[in-house]
Amino acid sequence: MGTPAIEIRDLHKYFGDLEVLRGIDFEVDTGEVVCIIGPSGSGKSTLLRCVNRLEEATSGHVLIEGEDITDPASDVDALRAKIGMVFQQFNLFPHLDVRKNLTISQRKVLGRSQDEAAEVAARMLERVGLTDKIDEYPARLSGGQQQRVAIARALCMNPDMMMFDEVTSALDPELVGEVLQVMRDLADEGMTMLVVTHEMGFARNVADRVVFMDEGIIMEDGPPGEILANPKEERTREFLRMVLEEGF
Amino acid sequence: MVTKTARPIWKHPRFVPGIMYGLLVLIALLLVFFADWDKIQSNFLKPEIFRDMFPEVLTIAAKNTLIYTAVAFAAGFVLALVLALMKLSPIGPYRWFATSYIELFRGLPALVTIILVAFGLPIAFGWRIPFGTAGKAAVGLGLVAAAYMAETIRAGIQAVPRGQMEAARSLGMSAPTAMAYIVLPQAFRIIIPPLTNELVLLIKDTSLLFVVGTTPASKELTKFGRDFMTTTINATPLTVIALVYLMITLPMTSLVRQLEKRAAKGR
Repeated sequence: MGTPAIEIRDLHKYFGDLEVLRGIDFEVDTGEVVCIIGPSGSGKSTLLRCVNRLEEATSGHVLIEGEDITDPASDVDALRAKIGMVFQQFNLFPHLDVRKNLTISQRKVLGRSQDEAAEVAARMLERVGLTDKIDEYPARLSGGQQQRVAIARALCMNPDMMMFDEVTSALDPELVGEVLQVMRDLADEGMTMLVVTHEMGFARNVADRVVFMDEGIIMEDGPPGEILANPKEERTREFLRMVLEEGF
Repeated sequence: MVTKTARPIWKHPRFVPGIMYGLLVLIALLLVFFADWDKIQSNFLKPEIFRDMFPEVLTIAAKNTLIYTAVAFAAGFVLALVLALMKLSPIGPYRWFATSYIELFRGLPALVTIILVAFGLPIAFGWRIPFGTAGKAAVGLGLVAAAYMAETIRAGIQAVPRGQMEAARSLGMSAPTAMAYIVLPQAFRIIIPPLTNELVLLIKDTSLLFVVGTTPASKELTKFGRDFMTTTINATPLTVIALVYLMITLPMTSLVRQLEKRAAKGR
């Protein structure tokens, strides 16, 4: 393997006195799909947000394709454009229609022409199956549709990798499937993906690796069959029992 | 079994409204019988004076009031936007400056600021603000309006969910780009009603320019009315300018109500 897509070295993050991340080391290789699971408050989302520096790590390093994004001298904006991010709350721009949601950052960041950006937008919208919604405003879309548009918006930047932060947690149960299907398609096409999720089915079927986090550290890291079926750690077993009982 | 306690008269549901209507009728009757209607009419509603004031009250005075409002609002808005962004800046001294500015100009009477700009600066530095009364309106009233509008704009920016900035940044937009194209357009939509309110206040505050706009061509409504009152020794000009002010402000306040209603529905 060459340079990993994401490399995290001894990452620590404090919120005030609270140490949310207590020394994280791990890598995501190009083309790999890694799912992070764990109880709420374990630091999964914070870890994701440190990777594209939405949160500043207190110490440690995050390397994106070998470039240190935590280095103050690095071009954060350029590195972020390589990492597509999808949020739990969709965060579509409500004052812009779907077309403009998909084109504005292509124009302002990549400097693409209006025509080129619109052409890319149409292609990505087709990928998530929402071609007919191009003129709608986000408020007129269902949660599942909004999240698919958000994925398309990230894809418009031709990112080298995608991060998903509990993207189905805010959805009505019947809308979860359509979003997971889009993510599965992406994985099949070889996209590098780092996914924080509570969807154990998705982790089992799609992930190359599953990472279990608890209390700010990585407790276990391995193939889904191993982590989900035969966890070594008692904490992992406890968590999985809880999740399965609650019927997530 | 149902027992019924006798209810005293003042607990009857129609007792209090009854008293209130009675009071209203009484005051109306007093007004009709005891007010000096002849004096009111000859001093506030004299038709000849009404006629004499037109068309200048509209073509000069009202026009000037609107011009002064527009330039003061434009100048104030630009400055307010800068102040609001300074107030949200991660750099301490910017925040302190903005806070001090806002506290200073909200704490001073607008009239003092206008006098300072119009007379204080020329005395101190021998330098006059160009463009006559309009220039003084832009600077004097603009400085004051900026202090109020800065707080409104800051609140609007903060009312935009944080996820919007995060989504924009994670797409690679720089902070200024995200602010200009994603956050500010949404913030402005939120603050259109309160900002229109500030505009109405500003229309009324242009009356303070009576101290600077004193030439026949530069008078705004209040100065125009007062001078007319002095020459005619009659209060009718006040009635006229009051009506003109209302002609300007009432549509604006009803616009604010419409906008607020629409904003409440849209969110």
